[in-house]
Amino acid sequence: MTVRAPRRLPALLLAAVLGAASLAPAFAVQPDEILADPKLEGRARQLSAELRCLVCQNQSIDDSDAPLARDLRLVVRDKLKSGASDQEVRDFLVARYGEFVLLKPSFSGKNLILWLAPFAVLLAGGALVWTNARKRAVLAGASAPLTAEEQAELDKVLRKEG
Amino acid sequence: MIVEVGHYALVLAFALSLVLSVIPIWGVVARDGVLMGTARPVALVMAALVAVSFVALTAAYVTSDFSVVNVVQNSHSAKPLVYKISGVWSNHEGSMLLWVLILAVFAAAVAVRGSGMPQRLLAGVLGAQGAVAAAFLAFILVTSNPFARLSPAPFEGQGLNPLLQDPGLAIHPPLLYLGYVGFSIAFSFAVGALIEGRIDAVWARFVRPWTLVAWIFLTLGISMGSYWAYYELGWGGWWFWDPVENASLMPWLAGTALLHSTVVMEKRDALKVWTILLSILTFSLSLIGTFLVRSGVLTSVHAFATDPTRGTFILAILIIFIGGSLALFAWRAPMLRQGGIFAPVSREGALVLNNLFLAASCATVFVGTLYPLALEAVTGWLDPANPAKISVGAPFFNLTFLPLAIPLLLAVPFGQSLAWKRGDLLGVAQRLVTAGVLAVLVTVAVLAVTWGGPVAAPLGIGLGAWLILGSLTEIVTRSRPAGGFFASGNLGKALSRAAGLPRSAWGTALAHAGIGLTVIGIAATAWGVERIVTMKPGETVDLGGYQVRLDGVAPRNGPDYRETVARLVVLDGSKVLGTLEPGKRIFAARNMPTSEAGLLTVGLGQVYASVAEIESDGRAGLRLYWKPLVLLIWLGSVVMALGGGLSLLDRRVRLGAPVRSRAPAAVPAE
Repeated sequence: MTVRAPRRLPALLLAAVLGAASLAPAFAVQPDEILADPKLEGRARQLSAELRCLVCQNQSIDDSDAPLARDLRLVVRDKLKSGASDQEVRDFLVARYGEFVLLKPSFSGKNLILWLAPFAVLLAGGALVWTNARKRAVLAGASAPLTAEEQAELDKVLRKEG
Repeated sequence: MIVEVGHYALVLAFALSLVLSVIPIWGVVARDGVLMGTARPVALVMAALVAVSFVALTAAYVTSDFSVVNVVQNSHSAKPLVYKISGVWSNHEGSMLLWVLILAVFAAAVAVRGSGMPQRLLAGVLGAQGAVAAAFLAFILVTSNPFARLSPAPFEGQGLNPLLQDPGLAIHPPLLYLGYVGFSIAFSFAVGALIEGRIDAVWARFVRPWTLVAWIFLTLGISMGSYWAYYELGWGGWWFWDPVENASLMPWLAGTALLHSTVVMEKRDALKVWTILLSILTFSLSLIGTFLVRSGVLTSVHAFATDPTRGTFILAILIIFIGGSLALFAWRAPMLRQGGIFAPVSREGALVLNNLFLAASCATVFVGTLYPLALEAVTGWLDPANPAKISVGAPFFNLTFLPLAIPLLLAVPFGQSLAWKRGDLLGVAQRLVTAGVLAVLVTVAVLAVTWGGPVAAPLGIGLGAWLILGSLTEIVTRSRPAGGFFASGNLGKALSRAAGLPRSAWGTALAHAGIGLTVIGIAATAWGVERIVTMKPGETVDLGGYQVRLDGVAPRNGPDYRETVARLVVLDGSKVLGTLEPGKRIFAARNMPTSEAGLLTVGLGQVYASVAEIESDGRAGLRLYWKPLVLLIWLGSVVMALGGGLSLLDRRVRLGAPVRSRAPAAVPAE
């Protein structure tokens, strides 16, 4: 008997909330995909780790067992075998699927905020700490020189005492 | 009947949470002791009611009451008892109930232990805690009722998502929530202090144990989740920079910063305004994490748009609490008196540096997690036909997070050894020379032994060694008797001195050494070996100095699943080290295959095997890994948590404990 209860939350989220990266157990690269040339295969693995499996949750095609990921792994290997450079493979996939396919966004216009934010926060925070420390040092040292009137007052008091 | 009692208790708890969020704070403003006095009993009763509600839901799960929608969707009568219980928090409704339960229990704990606290502060803290509880109780009652009934009741449930049927699930979410929600206490203390308009070292002394408790649980929770993903997902990754993981990492980074800034405040009465802000931010990040995970906004912006009730509700909670507390901060913080002066080179200065780097790395994770959503929303608004979609994954975080983390880690031993107020960097450097030289020697030795391998690994191991040795240097220096360690009878003297050091000193050293262990474990992953093979029974393959033989493939049945396992023998030459039984499981209730990794621990490393495919002729497609020192990643975090625990036992920190010298540590503080 089937239950007609509403299932509002996709099962994926259930796993996701608990800290798992994705639902599907990943079997990624399969024995028949591996290239004979270990150097080329190494490059293929490196590249695959930077390419997003488009139908998965935040998984690279290297980690994913989705059929689409396998297709992409084969495309990457075909391109490499025919002598393409890493960048040419990336460009080919971006042209086909958009920038969404790159797990490392390009360092360009709309992504500048993304790339620079960490270091901007560090610099801004550092500047804030520095100015604050300067301000405090002034307050703390009580080193602000006495005005002429204050000095006169002080001298008067001291003379009286003496 | 029990189910209705649970539902009713939840409604009553909501009513009390409203009382708690209004009356005591009114008392603070009106300076009325009677009104403020209501805070403690109301907080206790509210917690009891939420507990009743939680027990009622658990009872429905244990007895497999399939007239409750939630039980039908997430349980099955054939499930082992432990998974029936953990099934309670395996789903949205139940886990929100657990969230509120922990929130209410923390409030009750503050109420119980708060007898020594100033009444105005206590009332403010419990009032703020009550307001958070009210918001989330309303959320549960309005959008996520776990007690909804179903008629007619089905004969059998749909079963738990197979991936979640695992001991890891039983422990991970409660630990994580204890951490997440535990930071609400620091938040409520900040709000309480802002309402009261007074904050001093005593405030820090009250808030520090709670922050420590939350931090310990969050550390263990994240680590547990990482280990669970490692063995459950089938390829041995342990951190994915997944938005959901980032959601728990952000409060951890901010909470770690908070832990350090409260020390400065407690000892030196400095960094007050920053500590208050950090308390607010840490819990805000917990709330944001809850929103990210619960609203569905991560799966896609569209999932959020198709069923926006829950997401919008949490978003409203976020805006009210984060916006409200920051507005309160902007209004009241300038009235707080600044204290404690210190030189740039001092323990305080070092802790400011620590906070700066932790805040920047937290900002990195924050921006990296939310930027794709923001970009898509903004460009989609400008040009609805063509929103910009980008992905931010591990390569981004490795490039931005690590450059911030590594300098911080390098600086840790210095900060730990600097004196308060005005430190002597040269003197500290002299004390750390031994540790530094040893760490360099370790690096060089490892580099020489593994020549030709990845260079990052020996460097990482050197960094880990520096953290461990540098942390211990502080203990050694402080227990050094006059005349050195080697004069007659001095060794015993040194030992008794070391034993007499405050527990917080040991706690700090241990926690920092724990980071060192984790760093070593992470660095060693670079030496991992991976083999992707198809094996015939009887065949043997080499795996990082060991051999793995496939003995055969066999079916096996569990309580509610069928399984095909590959039996693998791990050999070191002719010596059998052990067997592995990775398998593929099919759960009866959901007809969904999952993989179960096989793990064999050898020293601190693990042989890891998972099955990709089992063919009809008995051959098995396998992924085999040798992961040297991998256990250090999680052992390190356990050591960190132990360090936190030791600090918690420090006499100065124990709230309301009688001041008895040599008091046995029988009653650990909360």
